[in-house]
Amino acid sequence: MESLLRDKKAILVFVLPAALIYLFSVFVPIIWSTYYSLFSGLPGINFKFFGLRNYAKMWGDRIFLGAFSMNLEYVAIVVLGQVGLGLLCALLFMFGIRKYKTFVRTIVFFPVVLPVVAVGQLFTKIFEITPNNGLFNSLLVLLGLGDLVQPWLGQPRSAFLVLCSMDIWTAMGFYAIIFYAALMDIPTEMIEAARIDGANGLRLLRNILLPSLRPITLTCLVFSFTGTLKVFESSLALTRGGPGTATKTLSMYMYDSAFLHSQYGYGSSIAVFILIECIVVTAVINGVFGRRKY
Amino acid sequence: MDTARIRSNIASLLFKIFVVIFLAIEVYPILWMLISSFKETREFTSNPSYALPEGFFVQNYADAWTTGRMGIFFKNSLITTAVSLVLIVALSSSVSFALVKMRWALRGIALSFFMSGIMVPVTIVLIPLFTMYKALHLLNTYWSLIITYTGFGLALSVYLIASYMRSLPDELIEAAVIDGCDIYQVFWKVVVPLSMNAIITVLVIQFFFRWNDMIFSMTFISRTAMKTVQTGLLYFSDEWGNKNWGAIFAAISIGVMPTLALYAGLNKLVIDGMTAGAVKG
Repeated sequence: MESLLRDKKAILVFVLPAALIYLFSVFVPIIWSTYYSLFSGLPGINFKFFGLRNYAKMWGDRIFLGAFSMNLEYVAIVVLGQVGLGLLCALLFMFGIRKYKTFVRTIVFFPVVLPVVAVGQLFTKIFEITPNNGLFNSLLVLLGLGDLVQPWLGQPRSAFLVLCSMDIWTAMGFYAIIFYAALMDIPTEMIEAARIDGANGLRLLRNILLPSLRPITLTCLVFSFTGTLKVFESSLALTRGGPGTATKTLSMYMYDSAFLHSQYGYGSSIAVFILIECIVVTAVINGVFGRRKY
Repeated sequence: MDTARIRSNIASLLFKIFVVIFLAIEVYPILWMLISSFKETREFTSNPSYALPEGFFVQNYADAWTTGRMGIFFKNSLITTAVSLVLIVALSSSVSFALVKMRWALRGIALSFFMSGIMVPVTIVLIPLFTMYKALHLLNTYWSLIITYTGFGLALSVYLIASYMRSLPDELIEAAVIDGCDIYQVFWKVVVPLSMNAIITVLVIQFFFRWNDMIFSMTFISRTAMKTVQTGLLYFSDEWGNKNWGAIFAAISIGVMPTLALYAGLNKLVIDGMTAGAVKG
């Protein structure tokens, strides 16, 4: 028995294929990118050691700074929307809806599984104005709000807000289900006891529910932050980063630098920057907020 | 009825209306897409967007499938997704078995090695992988996608399958060994059948991740004939622009169809599987 479970050859057979593919497609590229970020130009053509200058260059690059600040604003709005509305939905499932609970949950989670490209294309059509009004503008006309009809995706500010709404719309259900599962784990006696003591509504939420939901909230925040910091597909599918560079995210700019402008080194340094952002945010959420106790 | 009753009735009615509007916002865009995919082009200009189609104009689907090449894109997506799903399941279940049930020195390190990939942003691997695939002449092939999909599918799958296998009692393995099974038979005849729940969950959620991939296929595939559904859709709307709305809606519907079907049938499994990583972790 023991020797069977310590069989070196069998372990190799079980582990090696997966380890190799994983090493090749995930692990080595991360290290490779970090290495590339120290060079300028294109490998094999004008590739030169550049030290940390790529990282310095970012802070004088107007497009990078634009993408960075847009990305930060996007993260702030979308994280709040996804996690906040997700929590509200979960409370709704828990306390608001008595019938059709499963049906409602199934509907709310549904956008999560849709392909981002399809959702992006769909939203493009919803907010379309030419050659014909999309769903949103048509509904505005129907409601007698024809004055508000405008090219939603043609203006920087409204395009940005449509992008945020779309990504909140798609992911909210995911957080709703996670929060709901956590709410179900809170002992009913605890909630009943608090109710008998006179805690209702907001007080119940603040004093009983939120403290119990703390660990899962942190997990949700990590998911939502890392997901939004690296946003790429939704913005590409919706607006191609436009109009101009209004919705061009950091990841998209990284992509352009590498594959459009052939700046592998600079592109890599932006990719590393995004990875560092994700690591720092995760560490901050888990470290600072994770440790603090009520 | 006293005023308090009336007030609480009004409140509950308002609440119901709110829930209905909320659900409509979640579902209506998709319904609108399906409805619009049956409209003729002139209907988009002559009728408001929310109008129902005048008939079932299935020509849109034919246009999208052949002229729009959705048929080809669909086949490409199906092949790359199917092969990588088989690889993901085979590799992650065998690695999980070794990580959880076998005894070796490096298994702790190996576990964190696989787990570390769960949160890696995809963008960081694009440039190195593009360079590697270019050198190996794998750009514009199924293999570039299959290898990448498999590698990126492993972390979460190993996590899910390994946590499941950990709960299987060791006595079952002992019993199988006493019955004369070797280690491969223990894996194949005992552990894999018992882990079917986790394996099916992995299959389903990885289907969504791989089928919905856009970033890898737009980076590694530039030949139209090799594009997958998601990059095909991007290309499709560029190509057809604003001219043929009906066909664009039909194309999006085709791209969403497998997702819709799978979700309609297995929504509980999908929801549980997709949130498992967060709830347990």
